[in-house]
Amino acid sequence: MEKFVQLVVDGLSTGSVYAALALAIVLVHSATGLINFAQGGMAVLAAYVAWVLTNQGVPLVLAILASILFSFLLGAVLERFLMRRFERGDPDTAVVVTIGLLTLVTGIAGWLWGYNNQQFPSLFPLDTVSVLGVSVSVRSIGTTVVIVVAMVAVQALFVGTKLGLALRAVAINPQSAAYSGLPVERLLMVGWGIAAVLGAVAGALVAPQLTLTPGMLDNALVYALAAVILGGLTSPVGVVVAAWLIGVLENLAAVYVGFIGFDLKVAVPFILIFVVLIVRPQGLFGRKTVVRV
Amino acid sequence: MTLLELEDVTASYGPVQVLDGVSLSVPENGAFGILGANGAGKTTTLRAISGAVRTGGRIVFDGKDISGMRPDQVAALGIAHVPEGRGSFGDLTVRENLRVGAYLRKDRKGVDEDIDYCLDLFPNLQDRIRSNASALSGGEQQMLAVARAIMSKPRMLLLDEASLGLAPSTAKNVYDAIRRLRLESGIAMVVVEQNANLAFTLVDSATVLETGRSVLTGTSAELKGMDEIRRAYLGG
Repeated sequence: MEKFVQLVVDGLSTGSVYAALALAIVLVHSATGLINFAQGGMAVLAAYVAWVLTNQGVPLVLAILASILFSFLLGAVLERFLMRRFERGDPDTAVVVTIGLLTLVTGIAGWLWGYNNQQFPSLFPLDTVSVLGVSVSVRSIGTTVVIVVAMVAVQALFVGTKLGLALRAVAINPQSAAYSGLPVERLLMVGWGIAAVLGAVAGALVAPQLTLTPGMLDNALVYALAAVILGGLTSPVGVVVAAWLIGVLENLAAVYVGFIGFDLKVAVPFILIFVVLIVRPQGLFGRKTVVRV
Repeated sequence: MTLLELEDVTASYGPVQVLDGVSLSVPENGAFGILGANGAGKTTTLRAISGAVRTGGRIVFDGKDISGMRPDQVAALGIAHVPEGRGSFGDLTVRENLRVGAYLRKDRKGVDEDIDYCLDLFPNLQDRIRSNASALSGGEQQMLAVARAIMSKPRMLLLDEASLGLAPSTAKNVYDAIRRLRLESGIAMVVVEQNANLAFTLVDSATVLETGRSVLTGTSAELKGMDEIRRAYLGG
């Protein structure tokens, strides 16, 4: 039993990291209609910025806040000077551009800071606390709590605020949004900026565990995309729940299902995707979109 | 007092010149029609006013040259564009669509009152207020598009083919509501319409476009009396 709870809590914690990236992907998709494959790479860049600052003696919390600000600007600038050229054209082209961007950003991080693993200080103490008689690391709890807060914030942004409504409107029909007086270009920059901030949060949460490398989030990105498909592209709550599900099931399957083990656990999310896509193509929580012709 | 004036406006999509000298003038509280065959440049004229295409010539709104402005800047001046194809935000509810229309307004109370006004003007939308716009019928989407434009409290409405693809009785309902809106609010209008009979129920004067040029301009009464207009646009 103790082992089981431990696995679940660890799963929630790794799932939370996938969730942070997945939320960023959902946010960009809601605001621009695109999947941004560079989301993980941008998050790694943010983590490096925080790392450089802590090496200069800046306190960790301040360094992370600075990397969050850096990310907002990075996201906005990338949208303004790179993505804007492709947003009006074929969406496939734009998606390929984001894949190119991922390679570029990873390359830049490697060029500047090398490919060696770097130690990144943890935001949470490495202590454990006893929950229901099971010892759970404070880091796992902290990571999960941060993600819940982020999820609630994103959901509230979209459903409860004028900015969120405007971001969604721009993604659905930019031309019509402009006719209603929405400053489309500025809103797209803000959407990319906010998504990059979520990425930076993911980077800061995961870097202490994985140690900082340019490709640190490559795996997490794959899981995040799985969570996005599983949870539904339109639902912030959905992708977070899906990300947790993936994290937990992956852990449990590795230990309890003999033939899967640690080597095959990477297959778990994809089997899930496969099943979900057959049964519910819009994702577990997604809304069906109706296209009228 | 003239509210909108187009002087010799030209526009092209790449190398293809679509507008080749369109001139028109709409007075405050006036309703002006743009008639013409497919491809004559009617929709492009509205897009030119909204800043959605690059133009030459002069476009003056309320004494201010607006050519070269972005669509959101033109909207902020009080010109609301009801685009061809209705431009609904499919994944947003009817109420959210109306709120997007009111994006530039700060008066919360006024916005709520205007939502009620729109629902009174288009009672069909009342029952669908929580539905996604994509679930509405074509007629309801057209009503929503007009309502969304009203929500910005505009001084001028640009209406593009509001009857397109609608059953005749639905098209008539939409135009009845727009006429009532005109009467009650005094919003000026530029109306692009294939169905000239329908257009003449709303506009005071109109121009006929042929291959991107205004070839004939007059009051509704004058135009309706002309043989060539009757033959070409009024079905006899």
